[in-house]
Amino acid sequence: MEPLISITREPIDRNVLIASASHPSVGGIAVFEGVVRDNARGKQVSYLEYDVYPEMAITQIRTIIEEVQRRWGAEHVAVAHRVGRLEIGETSVIVVVATPHRAEAFEACRYIIDTLKTTVPIWKKEVASSGEEWVEG
Amino acid sequence: MKTRIRYFASLREIVGLSEEILTLPEGSRVGDVRTLLLSRYPRLQRALERSTCAVNHGYVSSETTLQEGDEIVFIPPVGGGGRVTWNH
Repeated sequence: MEPLISITREPIDRNVLIASASHPSVGGIAVFEGVVRDNARGKQVSYLEYDVYPEMAITQIRTIIEEVQRRWGAEHVAVAHRVGRLEIGETSVIVVVATPHRAEAFEACRYIIDTLKTTVPIWKKEVASSGEEWVEG
Repeated sequence: MKTRIRYFASLREIVGLSEEILTLPEGSRVGDVRTLLLSRYPRLQRALERSTCAVNHGYVSSETTLQEGDEIVFIPPVGGGGRVTWNH
């Protein structure tokens, strides 16, 4: 099944992602949701600004999904990342993996978010009262 | 030959552009572009030292030879939690 991949400036709709990964053969759905935290390395964060290299981000996410399809047979996957300005508590990323049994869903979901953080060209800038900083992650 | 370079995140803020056309000698490699950028934008040094490079949406090495029309992007680290730049 064609995975849903989305890079968007709008709030992410969790239900749309889950619906896209749902299928009668599925017995478990793992959802990882990343949200904006109000602190980082001891400082108070006001908001985050995400930048993306969109064409390459889509390509890299597709590569990651192909890998989980090979390794875990996870056929029902959805990944969405929001970019632009995000406020504290808002959702920045959602990964959905639906598989026949739960173990593969957990493992594949974790693999996707961990790999996404290191290979997909999306950057975040923490904006605080003390200054701004592009961070690695 | 003409290539297109695009800037993102810290590099875009330092250069002050989202993209530009780079005219390079035939046979230029990714490492040559790095050198060219450093001479043109010395403030990129710290970010470039920590960046990998992508050509046409795929990661490449400094030895990669460029072709007419290539899209080049230097990619500062996207994983972990350390600092890339500090602007205030």
